[in-house]
Amino acid sequence: MATSSPRGAFMQGVRDALPFTLVVSPFALLFGVVATEAGLNVLEALSFSVVVIAGASQFAALQLLSENAPTLIVLASALAVNLRMAMYSASLTPHLGKAPLWQRALVAYFLVDQTYALAAVKFERERLTLSERLAYFWGTVTPICPLWYVMTVVGALVGTAIPAGVPLDFALPITFIALIAPMLRTLAHVVAAGVSVALAVGFAFLPYNLGLMVAALGAMTAGAQTEVWVERRRGPAE
Amino acid sequence: MTGDAAIPPGELWIVMIGLGLGSFGLRFVFLGLVGDRALPAWLLRHLRYTTVAVLPGLVAPMVLWPSATGGTPEPARLAAAAVTLGLGVTTKNVLLSIGSGAATLGLGLWLF
Repeated sequence: MATSSPRGAFMQGVRDALPFTLVVSPFALLFGVVATEAGLNVLEALSFSVVVIAGASQFAALQLLSENAPTLIVLASALAVNLRMAMYSASLTPHLGKAPLWQRALVAYFLVDQTYALAAVKFERERLTLSERLAYFWGTVTPICPLWYVMTVVGALVGTAIPAGVPLDFALPITFIALIAPMLRTLAHVVAAGVSVALAVGFAFLPYNLGLMVAALGAMTAGAQTEVWVERRRGPAE
Repeated sequence: MTGDAAIPPGELWIVMIGLGLGSFGLRFVFLGLVGDRALPAWLLRHLRYTTVAVLPGLVAPMVLWPSATGGTPEPARLAAAAVTLGLGVTTKNVLLSIGSGAATLGLGLWLF
């Protein structure tokens, strides 16, 4: 598994990222379809995917826009979905912080769930030079991000052809649940998700989708506190 | 997500550009501005749970009170959500979970 040159690292990145295209394609396709359903044209759907390049937040924004939520609430909720990107950014900083600013800016734009996950694992496991790390990252970007744009367009074109009887309204919840489920790998994650659901349902009466804000803040705190609690119980042995 | 109430184009573009800039900002903030300085543990600890804090809260009302039924809880959608979650937790296979959830929904709507 040792990668010895930037070229080798790039190819390794491409290979590691290939399985993720199976997740990214249908998700982008679905976004295109849902966007058309919400009344966006092909160009608007594509612009959304190019400008934002973050699936879950694009879906969230579209959903809230369709519900006629106030612009500020739409932005705040969709950005909250993307707060994890700040964590990605922080976690890659020790590995890529010495790259030139323009490179870091480009990496930042292409920092999506899949490229981050692959890079973070690789950089933790192997000692690579900075140029190998960057090459590996660009390798992971290559099959994933262009596909995100292309499949959005395909979805937007196909979207108009889907018969009205298909319950597309539920494509989004099912996709989100399927994405969240594998994240529930520690007690803290389970607590955060549970608190999020409970507060969102409990505060659903609040106007402007503010219930979601309450739920997000409460759940984040609950997750962090649970983590502290678990670590304390485990004791200082580790 | 029915297209009854069209999204005003102005608002759409404001959200798109605002979300694009904001998302880039979040991705750039540490990588670009902080450099390789260490970050406080409490901050990282909270950031770790943001996705799992937001998405369930976004989904729960859509599952309990689907817009397609005018907000009345509906067995096929509840079953689809349960199957998706169950398979997602046990298999961690995203595509399998989505496929099974969709199949459950189709079956449920046909049955009920």
